[in-house]
Amino acid sequence: MTADRPDFFGALPPAHRDRLRTLAREVSFPAELRIFDEGGPADRFWVIRSGTVALDVYEPGRGAAVVETLGDGELLGWSWLFEPYHWHLGARTRAPVTAYEFDAEQVRGAIDADPAFGLAVTRCVAAVAIGRRLRAARLRLLDLYGAPGREPWTGAAGAAP
Amino acid sequence: MTAARPDLVPVPYRVAARTARTPDTADLVLDPVADALPPFAPGQFAMVYAFGVGDIPLSLSAQDGHRLTHTIRAVGAVSRALHGLWPGTTVGVRGPFGIGWEPPAVEGTDLLVVAGGLGLAPLRPLVRAVLAARPRYGRVAVLIGTRTPGDLLCTQDIEDWRAAGARVEVTVDRPDNAWQGDVGVVTDLLDRAEFAPRNAAAFLCGPEVMMRATARELVRRGLAPDRIQLSLERTMHCGTGHCGHCQLGPLLLCRDGPVVSWSHAEPLLLVREL
Ligand SMILES: Cc1cc2nc3c(=O)[nH]c(=O)nc-3n(C[C@H](O)[C@H](O)[C@H](O)COP(=O)(O)OP(=O)(O)OC[C@H]3O[C@@H](n4cnc5c(N)ncnc54)[C@H](O)[C@@H]3O)c2cc1C
Ligand code: FES
Repeated sequence: MTADRPDFFGALPPAHRDRLRTLAREVSFPAELRIFDEGGPADRFWVIRSGTVALDVYEPGRGAAVVETLGDGELLGWSWLFEPYHWHLGARTRAPVTAYEFDAEQVRGAIDADPAFGLAVTRCVAAVAIGRRLRAARLRLLDLYGAPGREPWTGAAGAAP
Repeated sequence: MTAARPDLVPVPYRVAARTARTPDTADLVLDPVADALPPFAPGQFAMVYAFGVGDIPLSLSAQDGHRLTHTIRAVGAVSRALHGLWPGTTVGVRGPFGIGWEPPAVEGTDLLVVAGGLGLAPLRPLVRAVLAARPRYGRVAVLIGTRTPGDLLCTQDIEDWRAAGARVEVTVDRPDNAWQGDVGVVTDLLDRAEFAPRNAAAFLCGPEVMMRATARELVRRGLAPDRIQLSLERTMHCGTGHCGHCQLGPLLLCRDGPVVSWSHAEPLLLVREL
């Protein structure tokens, strides 16, 4: 990661960033490791330091369909912040990954105990992870690169107006 | 020899080769039958005439002496006719038209080239020109968004550009099972690129929605709006600034574009129906 590149920690005010960092432990995962499964308990989360993680959804007959990849500096997981604390997607490493790992219960405890810290972390998760990914998902819904006049994703000719 | 009024009278070119790139996109390589058009700058376009059908604006995706290459996606009557041509057929070509990409004069500037879908084609000559003068620039990143892995254009170029010192990243909207690269929108790739926002210039080409999202994200990251260039598309007819078909507010894009800066484009793109 370079100083030129904004990341999850970079989006937090320095004092809160330092506080959050004290709750982190460094971990590494080999390539092709399943980190969590859709529906599983969201009891941890990570900020990726290096490597790539693919988020996927299980589709019967197709296996795990990758919907997005995350890389350096990005937040992996936000379901730990909101009830019912279950993962909405699955995650698997593509290449070996190093990351800061957080215990969700411990961070939620810190958030509840210190409203200023809580607001900063919640804002950051909302802006960096949820807001940005929602905008990205909406853009992809438009199927921008599809041929004009075709239905998004099906590739079938669109109905005449 | 150069043709007399190449902006008004189509100059005959023969299809020398045709290479299918994706199911609906092909490269047409054109050689002049006799007189040639003047050289094109990266980002300029030609009006290419399929005889008996009509003519459409097409950017140049490569130029080698008098030889021109266009990358054509079949979307309607004229583009389908051109896309389906075989070697030996003759087409008419007018040009070069418009204002192309303007690489920064300041040495050491970091460059970001962001392409969506077919938008990679008009950026190809720019990337080649930049990499031919690699020491003049700082870090060079080429970020490409495409629909599926099978829709990726210029796969050989991508290898060549990496070998020539560019960082090339590709993301797809819809991966297949074999795809091991990134999945997501092209703006996400900005996280992968390394650039100093105050010493960087960006070049964007692709669907307008994608360019607007990318330009806004770049401004948020500190790039000055006048250092972001984008290639805009509007219906074109004459190519010479006379018919008004390509008007965008005060601009005639065939003459004042297709490449314009974000500082000029943003207020115009916010007005609907322009
Ligand atoms: C400066 C410039 C450079 C261009 N460079 C290239 C290029 O390198 N390669 C290439 O394949 N195309 C390029 N285009 C787009 C190309 O000119 C159009 O696809 C073409 O004019 C469509 O004409 P048609 O007769 O085939 O289809 P039409 O019958 O006119 O249109 C068929 C369908 O395509 C849609 N369409 C028309 N124009 C566009 C467009 N510009 N973008 C998206 N959808 C469109 C229409 O809304 C309609 O749904 C460029 C356009 C401009 C203005
Ligand atoms: S195409 Fe005629 S004025 Fe631009």
